[in-house]
Amino acid sequence: MLRDITLGQYYQADSVIHKLDPRVKLGTTIIFIISLFVFQGAWGYAVAALFLALVIKLSKVPFQFMVKGMKAIVFLLLITVIFNLFLTPGEPLVTVWKLTITKEGLRMAVFLSIRLGFLIIGSSVMTLTTTPNQLTDGLEKMLKPLNKIKVPVHEIAMMMSIALRFIPILMEETDKIMKAQLARCADFESGNLIKKAKSLVPLLVPLFISAFRRANDLAMAMEARCYRGGDNRTKMKPLHYEKRDYIAYAIVACYVILGIAAGKLMPLLVSGIIQLV
Amino acid sequence: MDIINIKDLIFEYIRRDEEGNVEGVTTAVDDVSLDVKQGDFVAILGHNGSGKSTLAKHMNAILYPTEGTVWVDGKDTQKDEYVWDIRQTAGMVFQNPDNQIIGQIVEEDVGFGPENMGVPTEEIWERVEESLKAVGMYEFRKFSPNKLSGGQKQRVSIAGVIAMHPKCIILDEPTAMLDPKGRKEVIRAVRALNDVERITVILITHYMEEVIYADKVYVMDKGKVTLQGTPREVFSEVERLKELRLDVPQVTLLAHELRKEGFPIPKGILTKEEFREALDSCIKEML
Repeated sequence: MLRDITLGQYYQADSVIHKLDPRVKLGTTIIFIISLFVFQGAWGYAVAALFLALVIKLSKVPFQFMVKGMKAIVFLLLITVIFNLFLTPGEPLVTVWKLTITKEGLRMAVFLSIRLGFLIIGSSVMTLTTTPNQLTDGLEKMLKPLNKIKVPVHEIAMMMSIALRFIPILMEETDKIMKAQLARCADFESGNLIKKAKSLVPLLVPLFISAFRRANDLAMAMEARCYRGGDNRTKMKPLHYEKRDYIAYAIVACYVILGIAAGKLMPLLVSGIIQLV
Repeated sequence: MDIINIKDLIFEYIRRDEEGNVEGVTTAVDDVSLDVKQGDFVAILGHNGSGKSTLAKHMNAILYPTEGTVWVDGKDTQKDEYVWDIRQTAGMVFQNPDNQIIGQIVEEDVGFGPENMGVPTEEIWERVEESLKAVGMYEFRKFSPNKLSGGQKQRVSIAGVIAMHPKCIILDEPTAMLDPKGRKEVIRAVRALNDVERITVILITHYMEEVIYADKVYVMDKGKVTLQGTPREVFSEVERLKELRLDVPQVTLLAHELRKEGFPIPKGILTKEEFREALDSCIKEML
């Protein structure tokens, strides 16, 4: 059913990760993504993998849901790997016809695919454990300081949450209009790309008109319920940091330190041990 | 003091053609005066384009009079400083339930009004619980509005208005887009609010069956109030209502037809029970 589609793919479960403040999850995701580019060498990635595995385990979301997110980028991943594999100059390993795989290229390809994969899995952990609503709330609170430089943070968050609310409604409407047009012999299926795009016009025009009408109605309903922007507004579900949120921040800090240290120190340690032996 | 006073209200809007040139002026509400007492259930009836929705929007300070004055709880709607007070005093429920639900979860939507008013968090939760219980939607509080039926959505909208603790609720054709079952649900909820919570209700509709419980009925046509009185008084005028293209409830119509044929049946029968009694006594008389 069209109406069952939700944005992001929230997975309902009762876990610590689900209960965390959305700001913690947003912040951690950003830090995690940055860390993937800061950490160096295999040891850094090992720490990242460990951290990710821990979070996934705690979130109680089945691993296959994370992999689903990967499917969307398989193509991108493949291209990146191929380009890096063949086009990085360096010490040649294998040469097939005109293509050469270099040692550096192989290394680059492996690291890049790990990076991209972790990035996708990491951010899907966030979307799987946070409802879109919590996300907008978290964003609003996090970006609040930007209010001082005249960024309409509350308005942006409100727009996001209204957009999210209307996605299923507009989907249903599209479905309805499509059926109405099909009943009058509209053809959305055949022809080449341009023809198909053209055939969408009779679908999009009524959809836009109805969206504007809805927007107008909604604005009136919001005004009738005393909506007048973000000033003096109280929150039904205000965000408060709790003990677990501080602990989460501490764990993330440990992770970053550990990751950087591992990337720098482990190679030294390993070579030291080798020398000793 | 009455909760709503309308005096000599005229509302005109300018029709424009596609280039924006003035084509003419339409008078949507033409010299209407009416008063609504605190705690009353008032129904405003009328065909499409009779000006009933326009009239309703004046009671919530969404539209302002071209001429005349509207007072809500003694406050003039044209004064800017009262706008938010008025919107809080007189809550409004609109026709399309999808276009007035803002929250993605039922309870969040009901909390939207109190949030805007700056009610403290604890009290918002109390209000939400109490209003959802008042319309019988408490067990759906964690649902997404998209999963509810039309009647349920409309009851959520009503709860959203009650949570603002209004003295008066204006319902602008709340049942127009619902199926008969949903219509009954909504009307039952509205009547309960009027009976139990003593909230003034102004119901705008074109379904005649919904107005038989009202204390007072106004019938509008072409921007004017053409008939007014208790439901019984109004429904006695079957011929006049037919002229206004309004459907009379079937029982009333049947009673009217029988009466026209010379049967001794009283005027303005509203319910099946009344009709049965009238018919019984009529048969006894004839025997």
